[in-house]
Amino acid sequence: MATAIEDPPATGEGQKATRAPRPRGEKKLPPRDRLVVITMVTIPLLLVLGLVWLPALGSVVLSFGKWNGFGGIETIEWVGTQNYEDVTTIYPPFWPAVRHNLIWLGFLFVFPTILGILLAVLLDREMRGSRFYQTAFYMPVVLSLALIGFIWQLFYSRDQGLINDVSAGLAARGLPAWPTEVDWYGDPDINLWAVLVATSWRHAGYVMLLYLAGLKGVDATLREAAAVDGASEVKTFFHVIFPVMRPINMIVLVIVVIESLRAFDLVWVINKGRNGLELIAALVSQNVIGEATRYGFGSALAVIMMLISSVFIVIYLRIVFREERQR
Amino acid sequence: MSIETPVTVPLPADTTAAGPPKRAEGGVMSRPRGVVVTVIVALLALAWLFPLVWAVVNSFREYEYTQANGYLSFGGWTTANYEQAWTQGNFGLHLRNSLLITIPAVVLTLWLSSMVAFVLARFSYRFNLTLLGIFLAANLLPPQALLIPVFRMFREIPLPFFMSDSGSMLNSFWGLILVNTAFQMGFCTFVLSNYMKTLPHEIYESAELDGASVWRQYWQLTMPLVRPALAALATLQVTWVYNEFFWATVLIQQGDKLPVTSALNNLRGQFFTDTNLVAAGSVIVALPVLVVFFALQKQFVSGLTLGSTKG
Repeated sequence: MATAIEDPPATGEGQKATRAPRPRGEKKLPPRDRLVVITMVTIPLLLVLGLVWLPALGSVVLSFGKWNGFGGIETIEWVGTQNYEDVTTIYPPFWPAVRHNLIWLGFLFVFPTILGILLAVLLDREMRGSRFYQTAFYMPVVLSLALIGFIWQLFYSRDQGLINDVSAGLAARGLPAWPTEVDWYGDPDINLWAVLVATSWRHAGYVMLLYLAGLKGVDATLREAAAVDGASEVKTFFHVIFPVMRPINMIVLVIVVIESLRAFDLVWVINKGRNGLELIAALVSQNVIGEATRYGFGSALAVIMMLISSVFIVIYLRIVFREERQR
Repeated sequence: MSIETPVTVPLPADTTAAGPPKRAEGGVMSRPRGVVVTVIVALLALAWLFPLVWAVVNSFREYEYTQANGYLSFGGWTTANYEQAWTQGNFGLHLRNSLLITIPAVVLTLWLSSMVAFVLARFSYRFNLTLLGIFLAANLLPPQALLIPVFRMFREIPLPFFMSDSGSMLNSFWGLILVNTAFQMGFCTFVLSNYMKTLPHEIYESAELDGASVWRQYWQLTMPLVRPALAALATLQVTWVYNEFFWATVLIQQGDKLPVTSALNNLRGQFFTDTNLVAAGSVIVALPVLVVFFALQKQFVSGLTLGSTKG
């Protein structure tokens, strides 16, 4: 990171001396322009280093200490890996949270992601009203998850929700119905699933949009060639189109993992991530702005999140950069 | 940023070089199968629209009426829910807060990332990829993982009283604007620099001959040419920053300073006894982004997919 902020023109100069002229930026800049270039890069860079990378480092450091946040930094008591041991052994919500995050991931993959892909493949064809359907599916993408939690309250509310209302209506007519007293957001056995359905409402449209963009880029001749060879549509998709879309498949995979990891808004707006809705992201927040401020402990949770996500960020960057180099 | 992950979608490798691909749609299906598929998709689309339609419909109904007759009835129309939700939820104030955070954050994000993008596209320094990596990865880190240091840092950074009555970055719009900007820059930088790379190099050569400085090449030559990309990104960013929930929830503890998305959190407790009020509140909060979405749908979609094409 540090090498990036040194002095850009100097590097450019060095390149000029050693390499063949490049298509862009091969000329040596006058001092004033040099200064302008440095400024143009440095200000945004400082912002992102100061508000993202420095705090990331800070979380790692704090995770080895005990600190209630009231005193200054000198009041931190360094305890080594104690926080990590505590998180995994004596912190009751941790393992449920991990389990919920994994369920979240699995669910997003199996239902909305596959549905999104399917919709993209179908809507990529000539179909009457295709544009209208596309709009319907990605409209929830513009809504915040907090708001989605709010909107689905209309279905899930125990006393006034549509689901229980329909069930009561069926029961009143002597038809088979499900229990009418279900508290969909409150019952720790089912609220996770209720929340997942609400999330999927948004997620499917997002995946569809990404795949539609990808499918537009698939060469039509590939498809035609497959059709000439007599491959069925399903076969064409799995053996020709899907493999060509590999970069998008990977990116969607990364997104689903990262989104599942940082899922937060919905559960926070429902009950601040308690009572069946524990998620790692919510636990971190509880330890900072909850009743007890345990910075070291919260940081250990944060670092665990960071480690998992960094694996997938690296995968993501590698894909993007591979594409970059090909340009 | 709420849980949206802004991503760049690289196209399949063999077509990226071909430019905007011209092609027929994905083919026509055999007729009977086509009809079945169309019906299924149409039904699904209706199901997808249903939650919002349901919210709109019930936001116009009287609580007493739906309590007495159930929600599967028809009647009891009123606009009183909106009046009550608006005053009780203090939406005027919260929408204003959202505006005061969103507009500066989007402008700042686009401005800063366009500068980086310009340098990345115009010059080939050895650190270009590293730089892009720093911005892009920041985009994907879980914000919760950075919460504690950012929270403490903001508490320690004093702000003069005329900038924030809290006296520090915590509980101030400034802090929120900067955090949002820092997180969103990666995506915008990537999209903009790819867009700028498609500009013909000759225009810079002639600009140089005319003695145009780097700043002029950026501000007067490049920026007007990337306007379509800026418009698309602005549309996306407005919805994302407006929808941002996490940072506003943790960095703003004074209820009257919350932007509208985070204010929902407090409203739930006040509203939960009356679902029709919840519906009215939801519609009020959804309205600004839905208007943006329908008015600028093309920009919205092209923004999400901009990273994938070469312009």
